[in-house]
Parts: sequence; structure tokens; C-alpha cells
Amino acid sequence: MTDARDVIAARAAQELRAGEVVNLGIGIPNRIPGFLDPTVEVFLHTENGLLGVGPRPQPDELDLELIDAGKKPVTLTAGAALFDSAASFAMIRGGHIDTVVLGALQISETGDIANWMVPGGKALGVGGAMDLVVGAKRVIVTMTALTPDGEPKLIPACTFPLTAVGVVKVVITEHAVFRFIDRELVLTELLDGATEAVVAAETSAQYRVALA
Amino acid sequence: MAAQQLSAEQAIAEVKDGDTIMVGGFGLVGAPLSLIDALVEQSTATDLTIISNNVGEPGRGLGLLLRQGRIRKSIASFFTSNPEAVEAASSGALEYELIPQGTLAEAIRAGGAGIRGFYTPVGAGTDLAAGREQREIDGVLCVLQPPITADVALIYATWGDQLGNLRYRRTAQNFNPAMASAATLTIAEVAELCEPGGIEPESIHTPHLYVNRIVPSTLRLADVPGAGT
Repeated sequence: MTDARDVIAARAAQELRAGEVVNLGIGIPNRIPGFLDPTVEVFLHTENGLLGVGPRPQPDELDLELIDAGKKPVTLTAGAALFDSAASFAMIRGGHIDTVVLGALQISETGDIANWMVPGGKALGVGGAMDLVVGAKRVIVTMTALTPDGEPKLIPACTFPLTAVGVVKVVITEHAVFRFIDRELVLTELLDGATEAVVAAETSAQYRVALA
Repeated sequence: MAAQQLSAEQAIAEVKDGDTIMVGGFGLVGAPLSLIDALVEQSTATDLTIISNNVGEPGRGLGLLLRQGRIRKSIASFFTSNPEAVEAASSGALEYELIPQGTLAEAIRAGGAGIRGFYTPVGAGTDLAAGREQREIDGVLCVLQPPITADVALIYATWGDQLGNLRYRRTAQNFNPAMASAATLTIAEVAELCEPGGIEPESIHTPHLYVNRIVPSTLRLADVPGAGT
């Protein structure tokens, strides 16, 4: 595998456990279903009102009124359930979603996440990101280690506007898996042949090393 | 009282300058396209406050109303899908309030349910909590969100009966049921209109007491250029 985003998605897929209710953000998390072990059945939730998101439709299955939170067409799995936005976010806020996997612009060494706004950028919207990271039992962040400008994303403190404070549990980059253990950032795994030196060079946050 | 059955143009005729209008839909899915089209083409009401998850897309849905310069303020969770709205908000031409999507949905639900506000951990400690009361509840920092109501709600349902009972389809449900409950005047556009009794009572999502006017659809999602792409 050479595509960094596929390395990240494949590793993130291994984090999901059978039977979990999972919400996948747009971008890298959307690639995760392609890497899931077929014996691990998870139930995909999308915040616009569906539990039981199926694969993208074949042309003859396309239903304009059936979309995910990225506004892309999806299908229903057997046993899927549909509901309104208030109910969907009650599920999220109420702690009924086991895991959310989403991207981030910055993660701090204390587990803060910034993923909705680049100051001076052309985006203006938070969507369901704040609800998801506060409400889900487990927040997994999938992101490349560096920005397109080569700046670290895993940093001492976020400089972009925060999405939430201290909520992140796992961070997966193309080179490493980090976990927050007792509020401390810990490097637990190297990916795709990366060395500790490679990870150190692209991480400005302080972390402890405890490779399994 | 039973809902009045009207054309889209008749149903929105009393929308006036300065009104606050809720509009259902997640993007264009579940949006009341015929009612939005009537508001754009047949009404001159301006200085509007629009409450909707998005401000349509460039030149589509609510994006048309924005281009006409008739939206004074927009309350939404995600403007990014309409770069023209982002630009108007950034330049100060459009007043805006950005609210997390779940807080927006719940505030509308609360508005329709007589709840005078609620404390939520979502957004606490972030820029979106600026100017709002925050307090710790059971050790968790929370932000106070007031209810959201409107003068008019424009909503869409696939199925409706002549009393105003509604049933939604697939992910076109989204904000429509909450908005139906939270406005002084609720106007529902329906794709298929039937006699009372035509929808199984257990299958009704929005009971008719919330719905004042019912309008047969004249514009469908499939008619919108680029829908589904």
C-alpha cells in the first residue's frame, strides 16, 4: 500500500469491534468500510437520520432521497432504521454511538480537537462535528501526520478554533497509532515501516513511547 | 382544524418583510422545493431570517433567495456547501449564527415543545459558546441554548393527507418534523396527497395539529439539475 490515506483507513478498520454502532466522518473514514473484516459486523450511523448505512448504490439502485451526511447517495442494509435530525442527535449526544471516526486539522497533546475551521479559510460550518466528538463513547481521529505545508498536526496546543476539549481517545496517522491513556498521549504502534525517528520528526506534541 | 389545501403561491402569500422562516431539508434532500421556488418567484418579502441546516447551494434552493439579497440573517450549522453564503457571511453582507447541527435540531424541537432552553455539553469551551451562558453540571461544562421558533415553517413530506397528517421518506425526514412543530404558520409541501385515513395511523410522523396549510408539490428533487451527483 502506498496511499497514506489507505494505510490510515486500513488500520482504523481494525479498531472497530463487532456489534458496534459507528459514525464515520467524510474523507479518510469513508474508506474504512472497504477494509473491514467481513466477519466484523458494525452498524453505521449517519447523523442526517439513518442507522444501517449500506454501500454506495449501483446506478439502478440510486435513490435521490437516501444520502449520508456527506450528501452522497447510499443504500439501506437489512434492518436499517430511519429517523429525524433531533432523534439522530439525541442518539449522539445521549452516548448511544459507540465510536466516531473523523478527520482533524489539529490534535493537542491533551486530546483537544480542532477540525471545523481554518482561520481565514473559505469554509464556514461545523455540521455535526461538535455533537459527535462530545457524544460518542470513543473518538478515533484519522489524519495524515502533516499538513500540506509540512506542519505537524499533533501539536502541544491547538491554534485553530476548537471542536471540543479533551475528547480524543485514538489518533491514527500513516506512520503511527497514538492513544490517550490516563490523559497522557502515548505512541503505541508504528505503521507502514515507519521508525520512531520518523514519527518524532512529524510530531511536535509531547508523548510517551510504549510500543506493543 | 384541518389544514387548508392551497397552491404554493397562495400558501406563502402572507410571508412579509422581516419574517423568520424555517426551511426543512439536509441540502436539497427533504427541502420543500416548490415552496422555496414560490418564495423566490412569487413573493417580494425581504429582510428575512432563514433557519435551515444549509443555505441551499449556489443558485439552487435557498441559494436563489440569497442571490436576491432577501436574507438578512441566516441561522445554520453548515454554510460551506454554498460558497456564496460563506462569502456573504465573511464580508458582513449576511448576518449569521452558526450552531452545531444537533443543538440546532434540539433547539427547534424545544421551540415546538415549550421547553425554554437547555444546557448541552456540545460546543462548550469553544468559540461557538461565545456570548452564551456556560456552567458546570455534574462536573461537565455546558452551554445554555435557548429554543428556536419562527413565524413560518416550510417543510416537505412525501406523503400527506387532507387533514395535514404527514409521513416522510428515507433521509428526507431530517429537520422537517421538528420544524413542523415550531412555527406559528406551518406550510407542508407533499408529493402525494390522500384522503384522511389513507396513511396508517401508526405510520404518521407528524400529526395534523402541527400543519396549517398543505400544498401539492410541483417541483421534485429529480427535476433539479445535478440532484444526486
